[in-house]
Amino acid sequence: MLAKRIIPCLDIKDGRTVKGVNFVDLRDAGDPVELAEIYSREGADELVFLDISATEQKRKTLADLVYRVAEKVNIPFTVGGGISSVEDVDILLQNGADKVSINSSAVKNPQLINDLSAKFGSQCIVVAIDAKKIDEKWVVHLVGGKIPTELDLFEWAKEVEQRGAGEILFTSMDNDGTKDGFANVALAKLSEDLNIPIIASGGAGNMQHFTDTFIEGKADAALAASVFHFKEITITDLKENLKDNGIHVRL
Amino acid sequence: MKIVIINYGAGNIQSIKFAIKRLGYEAVLTNDVAEIQKADKVIFPGVGEASSAMKKLRDSGLDKIIPSLKQPVLGICLGMQLMCNSSEEGNTEGLGIFDVDVVKFSNVVKVPQIGWNQISSLKSELFKDISEKEHIYLVHSFYAPLCKETIAESEYQLKYSASLKKDNFYGTQFHPEKSSLVGERILKNFLKL
Repeated sequence: MLAKRIIPCLDIKDGRTVKGVNFVDLRDAGDPVELAEIYSREGADELVFLDISATEQKRKTLADLVYRVAEKVNIPFTVGGGISSVEDVDILLQNGADKVSINSSAVKNPQLINDLSAKFGSQCIVVAIDAKKIDEKWVVHLVGGKIPTELDLFEWAKEVEQRGAGEILFTSMDNDGTKDGFANVALAKLSEDLNIPIIASGGAGNMQHFTDTFIEGKADAALAASVFHFKEITITDLKENLKDNGIHVRL
Repeated sequence: MKIVIINYGAGNIQSIKFAIKRLGYEAVLTNDVAEIQKADKVIFPGVGEASSAMKKLRDSGLDKIIPSLKQPVLGICLGMQLMCNSSEEGNTEGLGIFDVDVVKFSNVVKVPQIGWNQISSLKSELFKDISEKEHIYLVHSFYAPLCKETIAESEYQLKYSASLKKDNFYGTQFHPEKSSLVGERILKNFLKL
């Protein structure tokens, strides 16, 4: 039976983790590789690295990081943040990334999804969508959720699937940072409308929220950052809790 | 021990190289026929699309070399699929090592299957010390149905081949290099064959 996935997300700037982390056993709190190894040992099913740096050396720094992570970590990982060309993706995959995630660049140039999935296969192309509910309509936003677009979440998600995305990472900006739970109504609709896996993101605050997003939100995977980084929830406890709630996870 | 990873321009081979290194061995990436032939273990990876990967094998003559190898060969993911008779993906002929045709999952399940699924009915030394129902990591839209060469099953829409074996040829639909400790054990078992 296919297990529901738990995915910690690490924000990266200039090759270092950004958000404060609260691991007492961590020698270097800013080292993404060490943090990745800890999550992997705790039972994370995948990792996402989101690069938010905006320097000229960004490409090389990120490729170096990907190489170092691939060297040490024996679970799959996705890299996102500012990826906008076939060449960008080629470098990251060659350095050992399993998947890449694209967001704004897909909205600006939807053909990129077709080009990437034709060249590298759908399985490694994740399209991340940030959306916010405005007057009962889920509106897709760009640049980390700052700029609204004309796109409707569900229409855009459908188009993304048709263009060859292998997975969708949906972040509800209304839920992100609230710790009040995931946007399960919208997630369930995405899962019903589409036939590719959906990763839920934004809103995790306690363990029950994960159970809810797998059952009510019909999500295939759930992503979170701060609840893991600050050890409010450990992945080991979370998976035991999910199992007790009848959700199939890898223990 | 000389381990080669066949490098024919298909997919993420860095991860396999690193996984072997974590086990304490070095692997060489190559498409050189002589080097492949004299290796003790051959790993045949593959990520991407079947017909274009087959074309790359034909262009380099590896389509004739791989089936003639005598040492243990491990095809991973698309590598395993290309070792079958044919694939529905791009309607391509395969290397014909495993007597089974690769087909696509139907839309009653989400396609691709991405994530951790379980393996069972384990039948080979490749799975020494691996328990039934352990989880392994898979990413695929096409699968090899159960057949006489199946040495591990998994279930998604239906039961299918998670692993195949014929003589010195082994294949895993899953990625041992990304399957945590279970995958490391399976890779180690292969290297000890």
